[in-house]
Amino acid sequence: MEEKKNNLNEARLMKGNEALAEAAIRADIDAYFGYPITPQSEILEYLEREIPKRHGLVLQAESEIASINMIYGAAGAGARVMTSSSGPGISLMQEGLSYIASAQLPCLVVNVVRGGPGLGTIQPSQGDYFQAVKGGGHGDYHLIVLAPASVQEMADFVFDAFRLAEKYRNPAMILTDGALGQMMEKVILPKEGSLKKIATPWATTGKPKERDHNIITSLFIKPEEMEEVNHQLQEKYKKVQSEVRFEEIQTKDAEILLVAFGLSSRICQKTVDLGREKGIKIGLLRPITLYPYPYKRLNELADQVDFMMSVEMNAGQMVEDVRLAVEGKVPVYFTGRMGGMIPSPEDVLHEIETIMDKQSVQV
Amino acid sequence: MSLERPSTLDFPPDAEGMEMVYCRPETLTDVPFHYCPGCGHSVVHRVLMEVVEELGIQDKIIGVAPVGCSVFAYNYMNIDMQEAAHGRASAVATGIKRVLPDRYVFSYQGDGDLAAIGTAETIHTVNRGENILMVFINNGIYGMTGGQMAPTSLIGQVTTTSPYGRDVKSVGHPIKIADLLIQLPGAYYVTRQAVHDPNAVRKLKKAFLKSFQYQKEGKGTCFVEVVSNCPSGWKMTPVESIKYLEEQMFPSYPLGDLKKPASLGEAEPRRDGV
Repeated sequence: MEEKKNNLNEARLMKGNEALAEAAIRADIDAYFGYPITPQSEILEYLEREIPKRHGLVLQAESEIASINMIYGAAGAGARVMTSSSGPGISLMQEGLSYIASAQLPCLVVNVVRGGPGLGTIQPSQGDYFQAVKGGGHGDYHLIVLAPASVQEMADFVFDAFRLAEKYRNPAMILTDGALGQMMEKVILPKEGSLKKIATPWATTGKPKERDHNIITSLFIKPEEMEEVNHQLQEKYKKVQSEVRFEEIQTKDAEILLVAFGLSSRICQKTVDLGREKGIKIGLLRPITLYPYPYKRLNELADQVDFMMSVEMNAGQMVEDVRLAVEGKVPVYFTGRMGGMIPSPEDVLHEIETIMDKQSVQV
Repeated sequence: MSLERPSTLDFPPDAEGMEMVYCRPETLTDVPFHYCPGCGHSVVHRVLMEVVEELGIQDKIIGVAPVGCSVFAYNYMNIDMQEAAHGRASAVATGIKRVLPDRYVFSYQGDGDLAAIGTAETIHTVNRGENILMVFINNGIYGMTGGQMAPTSLIGQVTTTSPYGRDVKSVGHPIKIADLLIQLPGAYYVTRQAVHDPNAVRKLKKAFLKSFQYQKEGKGTCFVEVVSNCPSGWKMTPVESIKYLEEQMFPSYPLGDLKKPASLGEAEPRRDGV
């Protein structure tokens, strides 16, 4: 009965973390390796509870370092694998992620971000933006990064992330936060078995007579070879740019553009409404992929709006990418809260009005 | 004795009426070892790959290379292999084995890799009874980085980072990791071997054969330590290094089985492996 229910696309009320975990099972993951950390432990708990009844494998490792290296091994063996953690644990995984990116293995890493730096707080944050989109570990590499803004997307993006990871043989990350992980919303779960497995002729599965031995490595000791691998990676990242995704809300006639991802974008939607009630034409661009980033679209919108404001739950990280995108065409401001605090729609509107006041004084 | 298997060498067995009595196993590539003269790594590689060939499991085995002198093991072993981050080989091997439980999996690590930076992974892999073979090359030194002190360096041993000899007051005693591991129920077979003479090589081969047999039977972790030499790191000739092995290393790391399956009619797991 329960199994039958799982296959129906009925709407359910679920926590973000649990919707993500259920989507992982429906995405036919072969294995999940993880370690408990708040605010994402429900993912491991859900999978430990459900996977033995369904399919796949779940293993609680001794650390995030072990988890990510198990991911490396299993992904290298051709399996569809994922792990999840939060800031401190994701920091421990950076070495492994760099190896995985260099060895070009597909996998999914979920970061349910909490406030930092350090042990920080367990409250939601977007403070790991730089770490997620600028590399994080050593060397020139990128993760493909998706930022859900609802419980629905927490589930859907598992499928999207695996599709991208496997298409480009690159680690993908879902960058979400403690609030989206913990909050309950209506969700229609993706259909089980709808994510096709890809061929992995490069995987280490045991060398048959007919082929050379497969090697998964990130070691290219000759600098000429290492540079060539880097060229390959950079070529790949260029191709990945075509996968950029973003959502625009009321940008058509916008004179002020908010830029926000994830939970911040939910807050900004409300700010757009509040502003428009007052006759302030605010629009919102929400990057869905944080890598690749919608530089081009932001540059276009810079020709239309008076200024942009990046709204983030950190000290101002994505704002740097917004500034890169607009190439100085318009002022780019930042507002946000840090350390697990969340800005309110009114806070954001107040910031906008303050800037407008200053601008009118200048005129 | 004639070998039935074809040689990968460009050397027909019947050349000039000669009989082929010794050749490279198919499970080794034609790439020459980069190891220093006298180093034990090449012997261990060869013995391990001979076993893989004799068991006919080339198509069913995946190895994990470490960071250290044997980082390029995958260039020599003609099997599917992964290269792990420093210390993480057993976690990588766990990942492989868990998604491919019907394959043979082994990790191959040195002392810095397995007994220092990877201690947590080592202990927890064995504690889970991960059904893999862990090969541990203990030569008491960091070879690849140029002869620094290892967790297994002997008391008083002079290295580039213990220029006045290993001082236990500062850095503690040499860690006898195999002796620690036998405490864990997940360890099915723990043995300490060597490759300093032909008899030792034969014993090592038997240890590998047993380990793969146990893995086939799903018994749990098999841990084969090889107390080996590092002429370059020890600043010795190969001959001197063998003498050092026998006179200094073996008394600290006595050879033999530390934990044997009781079903073999052996004594209880050895607890005195000092």
